[in-house]
Amino acid sequence: MICTLLGSLTAQAGMSELKNSLYDTYEIDTAGFIEARGGIRTKNDPYEKEYSLAEARLQLDLSKDYSWGVVKVKGELLADGVENKVIGDLRDLNLLFSPLDSMDMKIGRQVLTWGTGDLLFINDMFPKDWQSFFIGRDDEYLKAPSDAIKTSYFTNLANIDFVWTPIFDESNHISGERISYWNGVLGRTAGRDYIFEVDNRNSLFDDSEFSLRLSRNIKSMEIALYAYSGFWKEPEGMTMEQSPRLRYPRLSVYGASLRAPIYKGIGNIEVGYYDSRQDRDGNDPYTRNSEARLLTGYEQELAHNFTGGAQYYLEYMRDHNAYKSSINNGTERDKFRHLFTIRLTKLLMNQNLILSLFTYFSPNDRDAYVRFKSQYKMDDHWLLEAGVNLFQGKHDHTFWGQFENNSNLYAAARWSF
Amino acid sequence: MKHIRIALLILATFLLAVPAVAAPIVEEIINKANLTSYYAGDDGQALVEMTITDSQGRTRQRLFTILRKDVEDGGSQLYFVYFKKPSDVRKTTFLVHKFIDKDDDRWMYLPSLDLVKRIASSDKRTSFMGSHFLYEDVSGRNISEDHHELSEETADFYIINNTPVHPESVEFTSYLVWVDKQTFLPMKAEYLTAPGKPYRRVEVLESKVIEGFPTVTKSKVTNLVNGAHTVSEFSKIKYNIGVKESIFTERYLRRPPREARK
Repeated sequence: MICTLLGSLTAQAGMSELKNSLYDTYEIDTAGFIEARGGIRTKNDPYEKEYSLAEARLQLDLSKDYSWGVVKVKGELLADGVENKVIGDLRDLNLLFSPLDSMDMKIGRQVLTWGTGDLLFINDMFPKDWQSFFIGRDDEYLKAPSDAIKTSYFTNLANIDFVWTPIFDESNHISGERISYWNGVLGRTAGRDYIFEVDNRNSLFDDSEFSLRLSRNIKSMEIALYAYSGFWKEPEGMTMEQSPRLRYPRLSVYGASLRAPIYKGIGNIEVGYYDSRQDRDGNDPYTRNSEARLLTGYEQELAHNFTGGAQYYLEYMRDHNAYKSSINNGTERDKFRHLFTIRLTKLLMNQNLILSLFTYFSPNDRDAYVRFKSQYKMDDHWLLEAGVNLFQGKHDHTFWGQFENNSNLYAAARWSF
Repeated sequence: MKHIRIALLILATFLLAVPAVAAPIVEEIINKANLTSYYAGDDGQALVEMTITDSQGRTRQRLFTILRKDVEDGGSQLYFVYFKKPSDVRKTTFLVHKFIDKDDDRWMYLPSLDLVKRIASSDKRTSFMGSHFLYEDVSGRNISEDHHELSEETADFYIINNTPVHPESVEFTSYLVWVDKQTFLPMKAEYLTAPGKPYRRVEVLESKVIEGFPTVTKSKVTNLVNGAHTVSEFSKIKYNIGVKESIFTERYLRRPPREARK
């Protein structure tokens, strides 16, 4: 299937033709790609399939300019050989316009990002797809789209961004379907043998999310304040009636960030307080406690076409004693979770070969996640990619350690038009 | 008394020596050439098509719109770049606040992730988008980075020899620039790794006067060692279009202005 799809030169010619005719006839700007991607596990996982990835994907990105704004549609067709299904998905379906000179609005399905972390998020409460990230899909898929209205208002004092998501958009959490995980109920690692039922939040207004950012640049320094009202993006709560079900407890987040040039590179610092509104005392073992989080990072060019970055990230659990006594089985989280990241990126062969290494490691959890990726741009259309996702941990219940059996290798070929 | 006399002597020597090091004529040529090539009008816009040819003859294209606004002639500038091709960087935007006395501020916006990334930019002699043009070729090398000396004057050109103030920060030992005596456009530059050993050439292939400003419409960079080269063609060139300063902010990085998209 994959070979047929990619080898088909007629498909390629067809796409270029489609692109030109859409532009000539309707002034619709078209782009997209066809991609094949496959991956295997490096360790045997009794709870998962041997192949971590086996898929072909077509993405079509259409946009049209009107005098009043821009309409954008980005759709995908995915033939997934691991889950044995073909699905269509929309990543973008939105209108962008300026109702006032100093105001922008984007309405509809859209990908949203803010904050200063590098693959770490504190105040970015928009949905993620960690599963895609861990199995070796393109970085694009780490961000899942939101169905939202984003209003931005620009003043001399500060810029205000306000996002209303009428119905909660959760992250694509690690359910066990593709990636095995630590199951606290069973007290062991589980996968396809134990996929929790989840209570989804889907009532309009009652399950709305609100995200606010105030930002301002002072010379080269970017400062921002954030507020969020909604829910934990992963199902951090559990209901223990008859059979255990996962749920999304209420959450508010308040934070701030600063990013500026420092020494020879760029430094950033971001803080946030996670107010777990349904467990303010911290003694409910089935709802995640309130936390304070901090991250600070630095990136600079180390040599010609070689960039390095490092971050320190901290999660501080507020009512750790209450939490610890409510669980008390040796698999509790520590009061402080320290995490370091290192990023190294090297560009070679006229920047057509990109080697990148990103590592997370936690000294207190004694676990790590290493991402290595090489991408080669053969020409203006073809991209070849190969990479490794390596999870390592001393214990099975820690954040990265639980994924140890999901370490994988992957490769992909993409033809863009 | 003796000390004061010596001090005065040293001071006098120093004062007399300064004009000898930097002849006003060279400074004037360099300043004029810098203003002509990088500061025409108060702002400007162009569509740039780059064709990159590697040493084996394989080619790649880059197509982007560039918007520029001068904060001060010969000083700070704002640049906005909107990429149209190839498709993997399509709709990526790039914002530069260029400064004379410190590192530039650079941001890149990746539309598929809605991510505004700040770029650490200490090395200006890095390839611009995989081409043979360097960041410094695109936005100009700070004139205080080199010592300038008029090495020759022909009927058409002032030939300026430039040697870096900090030789360890660059890959060349010196470079020669041919400045057109009429227009003050630098028409050619050759970078040397040793006397008489050029390894890199930047040249103007076509130029014309647009809205009263001498303007490069086609230029080329050649790696003289392996023959790889990049040709840039500039079209839709306009000056003094009244680009607002607000264009060069995160707002427009996330939603590129119509001027750039067209």
